[in-house]
Amino acid sequence: MNIINLIKIALNAMKRNKFRAFLTMLGVIIGVASVIAMLSIGQGSKESIREQISSMGTNMVIIHPGQEKRGGVSMGNTSSQSLEGRDLEAIMDNCPSISAVSPEVNNAGQVVFGANNCPTTIFGGNENYTYIKKIEVENGHMFTTQEIKSAAKVCLIGQTVVDNLFGEGADPVGQTIRFKKIPFKIIGVLEEKGQNTFGQDQDDLLLAPYTTVQKRITATTYFRTILASAISEEAVETATTEIEEALRISHRLRDSDENDFNIRTQQELVTTFSSVSDLMLVLLGAIATISLIVGGIGIMNIMYVSVTERTREIGLRMAIGGKSKYILMQFLCESILLSITGGMIGIALGIGTSSIVKNVMGWPTIVTTDSILLSFLFCSFIGIFFGWYPARKAAALDPINALRHE
Amino acid sequence: MQNNAIIEVRHLKKDYLVGNEIVHALRGVDLSIYPGDFVAIMGASGSGKSTMLNILGCLDKPTEGDYILEGINVKSLNKNQLAEIRNLKLGFVFQSYNLLPRTSALENVELPLLYNPVIKAKERRARAEAALESVGLADRMNHLSNQLSGGQQQRVAIARSIVNDPVIILADEATGNLDSHTSYEIMALFQELNSQGITIAFVTHEPDIAAFTSRNVLFRDGVIIKDSLTQNHMSAREALKAMALETHPEG
Ligand SMILES: Nc1ncnc2c1ncn2[C@@H]1O[C@H](COP(=O)(O)OP(=O)(O)OP(=O)(O)O)[C@@H](O)[C@H]1O
Ligand SMILES: [Mg+2]
Repeated sequence: MNIINLIKIALNAMKRNKFRAFLTMLGVIIGVASVIAMLSIGQGSKESIREQISSMGTNMVIIHPGQEKRGGVSMGNTSSQSLEGRDLEAIMDNCPSISAVSPEVNNAGQVVFGANNCPTTIFGGNENYTYIKKIEVENGHMFTTQEIKSAAKVCLIGQTVVDNLFGEGADPVGQTIRFKKIPFKIIGVLEEKGQNTFGQDQDDLLLAPYTTVQKRITATTYFRTILASAISEEAVETATTEIEEALRISHRLRDSDENDFNIRTQQELVTTFSSVSDLMLVLLGAIATISLIVGGIGIMNIMYVSVTERTREIGLRMAIGGKSKYILMQFLCESILLSITGGMIGIALGIGTSSIVKNVMGWPTIVTTDSILLSFLFCSFIGIFFGWYPARKAAALDPINALRHE
Repeated sequence: MQNNAIIEVRHLKKDYLVGNEIVHALRGVDLSIYPGDFVAIMGASGSGKSTMLNILGCLDKPTEGDYILEGINVKSLNKNQLAEIRNLKLGFVFQSYNLLPRTSALENVELPLLYNPVIKAKERRARAEAALESVGLADRMNHLSNQLSGGQQQRVAIARSIVNDPVIILADEATGNLDSHTSYEIMALFQELNSQGITIAFVTHEPDIAAFTSRNVLFRDGVIIKDSLTQNHMSAREALKAMALETHPEG
C-alpha cells in the first residue's frame, strides 16, 4: 500500500462529506488562528518593549538617590537628596568604564508663548545629556559648557511643545518662551521620539542646562538622578561596580553602611520586561492551546461517529482486501488531513487576524515562523492523537459483522 | 479432475456460540469447485449458505475441516494474508451492492486495485474502465452511485468484483433486492462472464434464478444434501426475450 493511494482514499472519503469535514476542522481552525494571533500580539508587544528600552541606550546607567527599595518601602526624604555635584566629579574621575556623565533634574510647570500655553516638564542636564539618552538635536544646537556654567536661560524643546505653542511645522528656534515666568531662548528642537511603551509622550519636554533649572526654578543643589554612559554594552557591569565604589567614597560610607543610592541599568530593565512579557506570552499560548485541544476533541468526536456510520464501508473495504492496518491508516490519515487542512486555514486566518489587529487597532504584532511551525506540528500531533482511538476502533472491526451492520 | 479444483472443502464445520448454546451452522461439508463452474447454492433460510460463502470468501474461518483455495490451505493464513487473498483471488457481490456513497462508478470499481500496491494509477483506471464496459456501463462511468438504479448499482458491484481478475466470484443473493426483469439481466451478465471462463458461486433462494446456473448445490441444516448439474439449463437472454413477448405479444 503506498502512501499516495492512502491519501487518495482518505481524500475521497473527505470529499464525500465536505460540509462535515469543514465543521470538523472548525475547532482546529479557530484554535490555530487564536494561537497564531495571540502569540503574534504577545511577541509584538515584547519586541516593541525591547526595542524602546534599547533605543533609550543600552549603555545607559541610571543612578537614583536613596536606598534600594526593600519590599516596596521607600526610604526617608533625606536620602533622596544624596546626589550632588561632587558625585558627578567622583564618577568622571574614578570610573574608566564610563564615557559620559550627566546630572538630571526636572520640574513640571506651564510653558507660555504669546497667547498659547501648555503644561510640560523641564529637564535639566549637562552637555552630555542628549548623547547619553540618545536623543538627536534636529534643528539648532545643544547648549555649551559655557552656557551651563553661566546658567544661561536657553533651552531645547520637544516636538509636542513645538506643536502646542507654535503650531505644526513651525520653526521656533530663536524665539523666547516662558517657563514659570522665566524666559528661555530656544536654541534647538529635539528629534521626535513618540510614545514610550507606557504611553508617555517622550516629546513633551523642555531641556535646559541643569544649573539654570536648579538656580532659577527649583532652587536646589541635588540631582534627581545621575545618568552615565558606559564605554560599551559589555562594560556596563564593570561601570556599575566602579560607580558604586566611587560613590561610596564620595559619600563617605563606612563598610557597615548601606548604599544611599542605587544603580540601575537599561539591561536590567530589558531583562525584567522580557520576563514579564514572556509570562504574558506563556499565558496567551496556554489559553490558545486549550482551544486547540478542544478542537482536537471535536475531531475525535466526529471521527468516532464517522467510524460507526461507515461500518459497512469499512466491512466492504476489508472484504475487497483492505488489511486492518490500511483501515487504521486511512482513518488516521483522514484525521491528520482534517487537522492539518484545518491548521493551514487556521494559520492563514491567524495571520489575517494579526494584521487586522496591527492595522486597525494599532497594536504591534509579529507572526513568527516559530509559532507557525509550532501550531503546524501541534495539529499533526492532534490529528494522530485524537484520530488514533477511532481509527483503532475501525481497524478492529470484523468484516462480516461490519458488512451486516445496518 | 480432482487436482485442478479451484476450491476444495473437506469436512467443513462451523459452530457459533450464542449465549451458552452452540449453533452448528455447518456440520461437515465437502465441496469442490472447478474452473468455469457456475454454482448455485440453494437451501432454506438458516441452512448455512451464507456461512459457507463467508468461509469460501476468507471472511470467516471454519471451526473444523480444511479449505484449500488454489492449493493453499487457508487455515494456515493470518488476518493480513487472508486480506491479501481476498484482494488478489476473490470477488464479492452483495445483496445490498455496498457501493461507496457519493462516489463515481469508476472510483467504486477502482477500489480493490487501490489496495494492491503493485498496480499503478494508469493501469488501475484502464482496468476499471474495461470492467465497467464489460458490464455494459461504459456510458455511466462518472455517475455517482446514488445516481444509478438498483440494477445499475449491482452491475457496478459486479464490475468491482471482476476488476482484480479473481479466480472466483462469490455472490450472496445478488439478485435479492431486484425485480425479476432486472434479476434476469444480472443473470444474463453472469452467464456472459461465465462463458468467458469466470468461475462463479452464487447463493439464491429462487429456483428460477438457479436455473440459469450450470450446477446446483442444495443445503439443509448445515450439510449438502444434493449436488447436481442443473436440469433444463436456461439462457437468461432467451428468458428476457420471452418475457418481452409476454408483455408485448404483438411486438
Ligand atoms: N454470527 C453468527 N452468530 C451466531 N449464529 C449465526 C451467525 N451467523 C449465522 N448464524 C447461524 O447459523 C445458521 C446459518 O446461517 P446462515 O446465515 O448461513 O443461513 P443462510 O442459509 O444464509 O440463510 P438465509 O437464506 O436466510 O440467508 C443460522 O442458524 C444462523 O442463526
Ligand atoms: Mg444468507
